[in-house]
Amino acid sequence: MRIRQPKDFLTGVMFIFFGAAALVMSARLTIGTAAKMGPGYFPFALGAFLVVLGAVLLSKGIIGAKGRQEWPALQLKPLAIVLLSVVLFSQILRPLGLLLSTAGLVVLASMASHEFRWKEALLNAAVLLAIVLVVFVYFLEFQLPIGPSFVAGRV
Amino acid sequence: MELLSNLALGFQTAVSPMNLLYCLIGALIGTVIGVLPGIGPVQTIAILLPTTFALPPVSALIMLAGIYYGAQYGGSTTSILVNVPGEASSVVTCLDGHQMARQGRAGAALTISALGSFVAGTFATVVLAVLAVPLSELAFKFGPAEYFSLMVFGLIGSVVLASGSMLKAVGMIALGLLLGMIGTDVTSGAHRFTFGIPELADGIGFVSLAMGLFGICDIINSLEKRESRDILKGKLTGFWLSLSDIKASAPAVLRGTLCGSLLGILPGGGAILSSFTAYMIEKKSSRNPESFGQGNIRGVAAPESANNAAAQTSFVPLLTLGIPPNVVLAMMAGAMMIHGIQPGPRVVTSNPSLFWGVIASMWVGNVMLVLLNLPLIGIWVRLLSVPFRLLYPAILLFCCIGLYSVNNNTFDIGLTALCGLLGYLFHKLECEPAPLILGFILGPMMEENLRRGMLLSRGDPSVFFSRPLSLAFLVLAAGMLIAVVLPGIRRGREKAFKEG
Repeated sequence: MRIRQPKDFLTGVMFIFFGAAALVMSARLTIGTAAKMGPGYFPFALGAFLVVLGAVLLSKGIIGAKGRQEWPALQLKPLAIVLLSVVLFSQILRPLGLLLSTAGLVVLASMASHEFRWKEALLNAAVLLAIVLVVFVYFLEFQLPIGPSFVAGRV
Repeated sequence: MELLSNLALGFQTAVSPMNLLYCLIGALIGTVIGVLPGIGPVQTIAILLPTTFALPPVSALIMLAGIYYGAQYGGSTTSILVNVPGEASSVVTCLDGHQMARQGRAGAALTISALGSFVAGTFATVVLAVLAVPLSELAFKFGPAEYFSLMVFGLIGSVVLASGSMLKAVGMIALGLLLGMIGTDVTSGAHRFTFGIPELADGIGFVSLAMGLFGICDIINSLEKRESRDILKGKLTGFWLSLSDIKASAPAVLRGTLCGSLLGILPGGGAILSSFTAYMIEKKSSRNPESFGQGNIRGVAAPESANNAAAQTSFVPLLTLGIPPNVVLAMMAGAMMIHGIQPGPRVVTSNPSLFWGVIASMWVGNVMLVLLNLPLIGIWVRLLSVPFRLLYPAILLFCCIGLYSVNNNTFDIGLTALCGLLGYLFHKLECEPAPLILGFILGPMMEENLRRGMLLSRGDPSVFFSRPLSLAFLVLAAGMLIAVVLPGIRRGREKAFKEG
């Protein structure tokens, strides 16, 4: 069996996955009747709809018109680095404070570019840090932990 | 003259020093992001939403609205000078605008796009003011059945008028509706799909979802493309229009304005669709259509007027019916809810100074933009030379800080990364995220009205077909769906999105 339209096929798989998850989880809630709908009624209906739609797309992907689509090409480097830098920021903001986490985010995120240079990334981090301190901390008065939490008080 | 006294109230609100300042800030930020390719009003509103929490709601909305129409002004600058659309709604402006620039008429192209936008913005403000009261009075007559059907109509409209696969878009709506269900069920208090995570009891944060699907995902996609830009060098001169320019473009501006004002109101319409349509109207109605694409000034005037008009009239359905017609307005709806204002017909009566203030500020903002834009073009051009590799870490950083400040917790940042991953998956599978956001915003309202409608009819679904207005919406929705499936119109639709 050859899959002729991979993107339709994969979208079908995705819809079936989400639809099935909705079906399973809303089945555990009260469904109720049409006149007195419980919390599970609408999500259950949506889940069923999504599964059917997914099945249509999936079969369209297998038997549909021949080869106009290609398998999607993934580049893992930018994806992984950008997402990692965001997760890193969320994990170290509380314990290490704004100064270090900003530097970490900017430098790590910069590595995702094919034109990455250490000096430039560090300089960029310094400039952005200054902007953040002036705009967000001073003017907009965001409540952000500035220094590491193990340093007594806040900088 | 109730309209005049309403507008007077609006201008009173809009010209207070603080609101003037936020209008200016919004318009300027809008222009900047309009100029920069790869970042649009949706991402910017998502990023800046947390910074507006400290403001009064009216100032916040004035600023966010300024970002939207400011982006329409800025987007054309990049289209004309760099041949890269700064904004999706300026794609067609590239065709003739950049050709004009190559012939040394960049100044004229920029002037006509600014003036056309201004005319369109003024007209659209009047349309908004005139339609607002009667439409919201109509909306008061709506029961749950009418609301449910109206939302079905709005969601279907967004699918029909969007590009790409219909099936995928319908699925994305359903997925968005499901994501909107996450959290505590209002009626029963039951937790739905929360996986036992306490932070999810209030649902997925709208800001997290929007930033992940648009902000972070777009950065990853741009990094994959490794694009480089080619800026038109040389001095910009000749901002004055010749008499023949004015003669050619004045009717085009008017046609574009009308077309944009009309399409902006329709569900699924808005700036992008209307600029394409206005360009096609000009080309079809021209005596020598082959001059389009060669630097015809009408090809700049019409779409630029249309996108600005549509950006403003698309506030009509949001402010009067509570239904966002496109994804930017869905962001505005999210912003209003965060500020404790439920978008809908009650806004006019319960919050008149906010309602009329925002409308009046749009005209004020347009005046500022036309005065500021041309003198500042030099700065905008320099802005374009900031390389993307320095820009995207800044965008990421502002996203993260904004997210943290929504609830002062880091959970939302992690959730955004997850939404970014999801957005990347959608992009690779060519599923548009816009219908998902609309579904997410409308989901809770839609469910509530469905439940109420069915409760009132004791479980009889015929209530949606027996009430005339409700039936009308459903028939319209079905008509749109059938129209797209018919082969003739389908081809025309594909052509419209490809060619422009």
